Amino acid sequence: MSRVVALVLLCLVVALFALLRKYRAVVVSNTAFKYSYYPASALLVILAVNFLLVALGADRLFFVQQAVYGLSLGSVYALIALGYTMVYGVIKLINFAHGDIYMVGAYAGYYAVTALNLSFVPALVVAMAVSAVTGVLVERIAYKPLRDSPRITLLITAIGMSLLLENLGQKVFTSTPRTYPSMFTGSYNVFGVSVDLSRIIVFVVTILLMLALQYFVTYTKPGRAMRAVSQDRDAARLMGIDIDRVIAATFAVGSALAGAAGVLVGIVFPQIRPTMGVMPGLKAFVAAVIGGIGIIPGAMLGGMIIGVSENLVTAYISSSWRDAIAFGFLILILLAKPTGILGKHTREKV
Amino acid sequence: MLRVEDLHVHYGGIHALKGIELAVGEGQIVALIGANGAGKSTTLNTISGLVRASGGRVEFLGKDITNAPSHEIVRMGLCQVPEGRKIFPEMTVIENLLMGAYIRNDSEEIKADRDLVFDLFPRLKERQHQVASTLSGGEQQMLAIGRGLMSRPKLLLLDEPSMGLAPLLVKEIFNIVKAINQQGTTILLVEQNANMALSIADYGYVLETGRTVLHGPAQELAANEEVKAAYLGG
Ligand SMILES: Nc1ncnc2c1ncn2[C@@H]1O[C@H](COP(=O)(O)OP(=O)(O)O)[C@@H](O)[C@H]1O
Ligand SMILES: [Mg+2]
Repeated sequence: MSRVVALVLLCLVVALFALLRKYRAVVVSNTAFKYSYYPASALLVILAVNFLLVALGADRLFFVQQAVYGLSLGSVYALIALGYTMVYGVIKLINFAHGDIYMVGAYAGYYAVTALNLSFVPALVVAMAVSAVTGVLVERIAYKPLRDSPRITLLITAIGMSLLLENLGQKVFTSTPRTYPSMFTGSYNVFGVSVDLSRIIVFVVTILLMLALQYFVTYTKPGRAMRAVSQDRDAARLMGIDIDRVIAATFAVGSALAGAAGVLVGIVFPQIRPTMGVMPGLKAFVAAVIGGIGIIPGAMLGGMIIGVSENLVTAYISSSWRDAIAFGFLILILLAKPTGILGKHTREKV
Repeated sequence: MLRVEDLHVHYGGIHALKGIELAVGEGQIVALIGANGAGKSTTLNTISGLVRASGGRVEFLGKDITNAPSHEIVRMGLCQVPEGRKIFPEMTVIENLLMGAYIRNDSEEIKADRDLVFDLFPRLKERQHQVASTLSGGEQQMLAIGRGLMSRPKLLLLDEPSMGLAPLLVKEIFNIVKAINQQGTTILLVEQNANMALSIADYGYVLETGRTVLHGPAQELAANEEVKAAYLGG
């Protein structure tokens, strides 16, 4: 029975998100609305599925709990996916080293808490700063000299940087996993179910960071320059925008968000290791593609979809299917709409 | 104001510009005409710093700007309205105009200039909150020109502003180009519509396969038999 329910669930989630396409024109014409719309609609979908489940006689509380847990996991994917998508937006590179920046952030946060005795918020800031610097360095050292090379060269370099960071991580942090000290204990009552405080913190911090990002790209000059470069690079240059600075800023912001994700994951799943960035990095990349690569709200949406569905699959089917779900979605999306859920219907440019 | 000497550009193995000579004096409208593929856009892009020159020299306001970074050239007061408009498709009309003022920090005056652009193009004002990709071709061209003006250029390069527009709109755009010039902006105008371009220009250059083959006062060029035969439809 539970398997059937889960299958119905998945079909429904896919169908509902497909419906979102219809609203895209409305949503895109209003920037402020655009960014808050998708996290909200993710919640709506969860509620809809919840009602369906109740109708089928499943345990509502269990579902809600899994869904809320999914949102916190999805938050982490979404934060990492934002970096992929922003970098892709400005230089059309899939920065495969991005998952390892997230690992660097997790370690920076760990040492900020354990060695520097910082509390959560300062540690988060330190981790974001360290990740931002790492990201900018990677760009400056590895990608910038290849700015005019074929894309495949850049892609291979990105994979190389990823391996380099992982191995440096093994060297510097050793391969022994470290354990984040528990910072948030206790739990709260959400919709009648008890949810760990740490999960709520993850979700809330993510929402705050996304609001900050939304403000940054919509209303600040560097944010607007970033959007300009991703929409038309030559036109951006003709406006007097220094492309190199915008690219560096994009790496800084995207990496800072990944760093934040590293700390947030540390307070929920406290074990961190130098290879921790590989799988989440890959899934966050899938999330970015599902949402529509290069599109900021798409990364948020894709992250939430993967996070929630992973949790539901684990809960209703089996944890061995967990990793498959992200890639299953990827295949579905690539077949149905290669530009992603929020992507434009682009015909190849002539 | 602008002087281009013996400018050469290579795209890989293609020798696209083979020694362009060009001068624009302060306050003028100078027309650059030539067939498709003659090298007009390449000339403008090299002046703007988007394309690297492989030889020759570009001088603006007495300074050598050959192969200078494009963002520095814009800051000196040289702005290009590119071929095909190249507006930011997912930004609103207002946001596009703000991008035009990217090099400036005087927010009050930026607002004032925005209102001047709206005076020049009332249709943009009506559509100020509309996403640029939803504008018609003519409106997009107006937006591209308005955006160019927002940097307060001393010299405005216009690349085929009439491309793809209905005859009535072409006339309107050319009248506005003239008005912009009368308000004190020097203009280098690239056009395939040679008739129109020469009718508002002070001076003209004719490009053929990467070379300047003819130049002279606009009226003389318009009367020249060769030019008539090749570019003015007989
Ligand atoms: N990016 C490019 N790469 C290679 N060749 C180019 C490029 N841009 C223009 N060309 C070539 O340079 C020549 C001049 O083009 P262009 O400056 O666009 O001419 P026009 O603007 O007068 O139509 C043409 O032969 C064109 O094919
Ligand atoms: Mg051209």
